[in-house]
Amino acid sequence: MHHLSLYLHFVKLRIRSQMAYRLSFVLDLFAQASISVIDFFMIALLFNRFKELAGWSLWEVGFLYGMIGICFAVAEMMGRGFDVFQRNVVRGEFDTMLVRPLGTFYQVFAHEFLLRRLGRIAQALAVLLIANSQLDISWSLGKVGFLLVSLVSGTCFFIGLFVIGATSCFWTVQSIEIINIFTNGGVFMGSYPFSIYRWWFRHFFTFIIPLACVNYFPSLFLLEKVASSGVPPLGVQLAPYAGFLFLGVTMLFWRWGVLRYQSTGH
Amino acid sequence: MIEVNNLSKTFKVYHHRKGFFGSFMNLFSRKHRLVQAVDSVSFSVARGEIIGYLGPNGAGKSTTIKMLTGILVPTSGSVTVNGYIPHRQRKENAKRIGVVFGQRSHLWFDLPVQESFELLQRIYRIPEAQYRHNVEVFDALLGLGDFFRTPVRQLSLGQRMRADIAAALLHNPDVLFLDEPTIGLDVVAKARIREFIQQINAERQVTVVLTTHDLDDVEKLCKRVILIDNARLCFDGELAALRRLLSTERILSVDYAETYSDISIPNAQVIYQEESRVQYRFSPEAISTADLIGAILQRFKIVDISVQEPDIEELIKTVYEDNLTLAQKLAEADVIDLTNRKRIS
Repeated sequence: MHHLSLYLHFVKLRIRSQMAYRLSFVLDLFAQASISVIDFFMIALLFNRFKELAGWSLWEVGFLYGMIGICFAVAEMMGRGFDVFQRNVVRGEFDTMLVRPLGTFYQVFAHEFLLRRLGRIAQALAVLLIANSQLDISWSLGKVGFLLVSLVSGTCFFIGLFVIGATSCFWTVQSIEIINIFTNGGVFMGSYPFSIYRWWFRHFFTFIIPLACVNYFPSLFLLEKVASSGVPPLGVQLAPYAGFLFLGVTMLFWRWGVLRYQSTGH
Repeated sequence: MIEVNNLSKTFKVYHHRKGFFGSFMNLFSRKHRLVQAVDSVSFSVARGEIIGYLGPNGAGKSTTIKMLTGILVPTSGSVTVNGYIPHRQRKENAKRIGVVFGQRSHLWFDLPVQESFELLQRIYRIPEAQYRHNVEVFDALLGLGDFFRTPVRQLSLGQRMRADIAAALLHNPDVLFLDEPTIGLDVVAKARIREFIQQINAERQVTVVLTTHDLDDVEKLCKRVILIDNARLCFDGELAALRRLLSTERILSVDYAETYSDISIPNAQVIYQEESRVQYRFSPEAISTADLIGAILQRFKIVDISVQEPDIEELIKTVYEDNLTLAQKLAEADVIDLTNRKRIS
């Protein structure tokens, strides 16, 4: 309870300082939303020419796009502390966290909150809602729950990727750009049905880095494409939990990394 | 209060490859060299003591402090603070210690001091009454009121230091670690901070571990000093004993009113001369400062004169260079047995 109320307090302070320049904040929101509108426009153009991709229509792909877009933007908003963790290490701010009577994971998580990602979230949500209105999905309570769990889990997956990037700072200090292949690159790859990729690629992004579990497998179920995809139905049902598991593993990695922290200078 | 036994820390310094492929390979790289930052250091500090933990840059001071505060995990040896092992019981230890790093603030950059304090109150779960009392007391001693509503980033160095020290004491810690608390401050600000530390130590029995380059800090605050150089402990005892035992050569700088041809003085050695500006090196055992100045005044007209005491850096250099003789001297003086590096009195 103490941790939750303290977290909300941190978030409140963060939001307040970001709102200090209101106009700049609003412009930023718009810029973020419009850039990502163009982003989806590119996909739409592609479909204007090809009509379908491996049996997926434009709005089915829009559904994929909306899901992964929401997960990534929420992860960026909430997991920002891990995303910019390298800065904390270089400035010695992590030393400060270590002398506070709170967990390090918690403190880094509570350290940043990037409210302006709301623009991205709104755009991705809009694409998801429009796709839904075009697709005639037969929604049930179970499916709504499945979607929500998938979104939360997908968010956890991306936060987990940020945690891996942050943990690597304990060794390299310069953060490894390589993690962006999986974050930004992951959003790009996940905007298309995974069936278009090669066998080893699909399996790597299912069992090692469970990117396909964020939106592809859940969409198979929600859009009733399981049978035609050839993916085991049980696997599809379990997919939304992969993100939680992934985050859990990265948290262990984090704990292991903190013990190897060498601090800087002075 | 603090027990340190054969504490060592070895850093692994990795070789970094550059570029995209290089940074990928860095992930798997095991190439590194080892740097010994702290080498089997042992000491203990009693409740209510103020100790000066001194040494030149890179000697291992901060690394030791970081192990005592739970920031770094020791490579070997043991350390307990308040009965807690800092790196294993980091959070419990954190509740009972206060930490101030002169080089950077522990406060939130974009928050006013007051809000930073309130945030700390939440983090440490400080009861309202205790919080109010402490803020009142610290305000009276440090004059926080002038800048209590100012964002930390706008504070002057002196104000920030006062805010930081007060912040580190809000939760009534038993031990206060101060790393260079007066660095870059003017004389008045330094004096104010020293006074505050003294007062807190006297009234609250707070144990203070102080690292500094400022000999004045040490002389005003610490009876006992621990010297560390090249990762090793080289002296643990009273400051007065250290001063007595070390070579106490001083330097006298004189600006003469005119350029004299023969400026030699018995028992003092000319080490620098440029026109009317001259520096002498002398040992107070051979000639007292007063006698030396007297001898000069008798023969020459002067414009300005000043005596430099050896600063800490130099004292430490002496300790390190004369390690053997110092050990002998100390053994004679029965202050410390350097061969076991254990304090005997």
